[in-house]
Amino acid sequence: MSYILIFITAVFVNNIVLAQFLGICPFLGVSNKTETAIGMGAAVAFVMTLATIFTYLIQSLLTYFGLDFMQTITFILVIAALVQMVEIILKKVSPPLYQALGVFLPLITTNCAILGVAILVIQKELTLFESVIFAFSTAIGFGVALVLFSGLREQMALTKIPKAMRGTPIALIVAGMLAMAFMGFSGVDKTLAILWGIAK
Amino acid sequence: MFLVLVIFTAVAAALLAMVNEVTKAPIAASEKAKQENAIKVVLPEFDNSPTEEKYLAKTVDGDSLLVFPAKKGGKYVGSAVASTTKKGFSGLVKIMVGFNADGTLYNYSVLHHAETPGLGSKIQDWFSDKLRPSSCVIGKNPEKGLKVSKDGGEVDAITAATISSRAFLDAINRAYSTLNHSVNVSDTISLQTNN
Amino acid sequence: MERFKIFYNGIVKENPTFVLLLGMCPTLGTTSSALNGMGMGLATAFVLMASNMAISSIKDFVPDKVRIPVFVVVIATFVTVVQFLMQAYMPALYASLGLFIPLIVVNCIVLGRAESYAAKNGVINSGLDGLGSGMGFTLALTILGALREFLGTGKFFGLTAFPEKYGSLIFVLAPGAFIVLGYLIALVNRLKSRD
Repeated sequence: MSYILIFITAVFVNNIVLAQFLGICPFLGVSNKTETAIGMGAAVAFVMTLATIFTYLIQSLLTYFGLDFMQTITFILVIAALVQMVEIILKKVSPPLYQALGVFLPLITTNCAILGVAILVIQKELTLFESVIFAFSTAIGFGVALVLFSGLREQMALTKIPKAMRGTPIALIVAGMLAMAFMGFSGVDKTLAILWGIAK
Repeated sequence: MFLVLVIFTAVAAALLAMVNEVTKAPIAASEKAKQENAIKVVLPEFDNSPTEEKYLAKTVDGDSLLVFPAKKGGKYVGSAVASTTKKGFSGLVKIMVGFNADGTLYNYSVLHHAETPGLGSKIQDWFSDKLRPSSCVIGKNPEKGLKVSKDGGEVDAITAATISSRAFLDAINRAYSTLNHSVNVSDTISLQTNN
Repeated sequence: MERFKIFYNGIVKENPTFVLLLGMCPTLGTTSSALNGMGMGLATAFVLMASNMAISSIKDFVPDKVRIPVFVVVIATFVTVVQFLMQAYMPALYASLGLFIPLIVVNCIVLGRAESYAAKNGVINSGLDGLGSGMGFTLALTILGALREFLGTGKFFGLTAFPEKYGSLIFVLAPGAFIVLGYLIALVNRLKSRD
């Protein structure tokens, strides 16, 4: 049950984009079409889960050797290397999957949500399994926000918008309204925790 | 080519190790100053050093909290407890709460929280405002456990932030029960003065 | 005069936030008050200037193939330095900015300036370019933070302008960040189309 709770919290209550402001660049950049939004969401889910497993294991090595101060450097290099590797392996092993996700991979290195989640699971002192669930759920939350937003933007493309508001301004304001809608989920996690009797 | 990358990373690592060494002491000092300031705020006047006489006390649920006993002229005047709760609206809430020798609450200080700005973040001021007795916890005795009025208690919750309010009272209650039930306070103190 | 232009360019003509639309995450995430926004802006400005100067001075020794990784290592080093210094000497600010300090590494402005300017220009000019972009970023974050703080809590840099209960809390919360930034960019667009 507590894993389901982590999932619900990460997807709806503490949505990475709409409540925590991570991964805004791809959120605004690749949300013009629902199709690309789904592709980006899938690529992020893949890399985020993988990166979190790697960085989690490396963190325990760093702590063991007393090298905690190398955290930021190591994590970003590991993530960059991982993205490269995923790209090369996908190209060889599964060309169709590479075709679907390939274009998004280079963009992912600088997606702060990946590094953010890698650091967050360390700060929250989660176990490895919890971290994997957390990373995957967060990525799903990113995907949900992205797909919903792309639907709204497809609709917006057909409406008449004042000149100065076109593009980013109106996108940000609509994102604000989406964030407002997601605020409706706040507290749901606490209530569920009590209902399921897992409140500590 | 890779040699260059390795060299740069090594230089970076050496530099960071140096900065880490230099800032280690100030970071520890600022943490300690924060704790000592909080202890000073939440306790009546004392002349011993509570941080040196601190001890760990077990909570009912198996966790343990730090207790800082305060004395004036050798007489026990109260204790500060560093308490935490996981029931906060978003993440951990850490408080330092001080009790008089008779168990009434002297004062408290919020050390860390991630509650919603403008709502749950009011915990620092809301429960210590003596002009609003219905929500003020200072001077109350949490013997029976403090509760928000919505749950049949006597403390008014922060408007629109009941969960944060409940979490705050939970931290207070945990501190009180840990201080008074799990370890006999006077024993611990006499034990430490004997040493 | 030429050098002043480099500096000025980063603040107004190529303002990272309002014109180039880079570094959106910290822009939205840390501006719940004017001082937080300013603190984040200055931290980023320091990293920008320092890494720009360092990269400009080492650019001739770095083979093209490992250019980006080396740049990232340089940037991450300065970010960690800022992180430690802030933790040691400004613990309160560090606590409220939290995760966003290590995330300066992936702020597109920093790597962007390194790639597009520092990798091709001299040390002093690169430093000025970094400082200019950093100040532009700081300015944007301070304006956004001040507006959100004012609308949400009735305060201006922590000083009360009107009673908090008349503030509209939504501006301090997540949606307010998106909405205020949206209108600010629209305003900049409108002013740009005038001249």
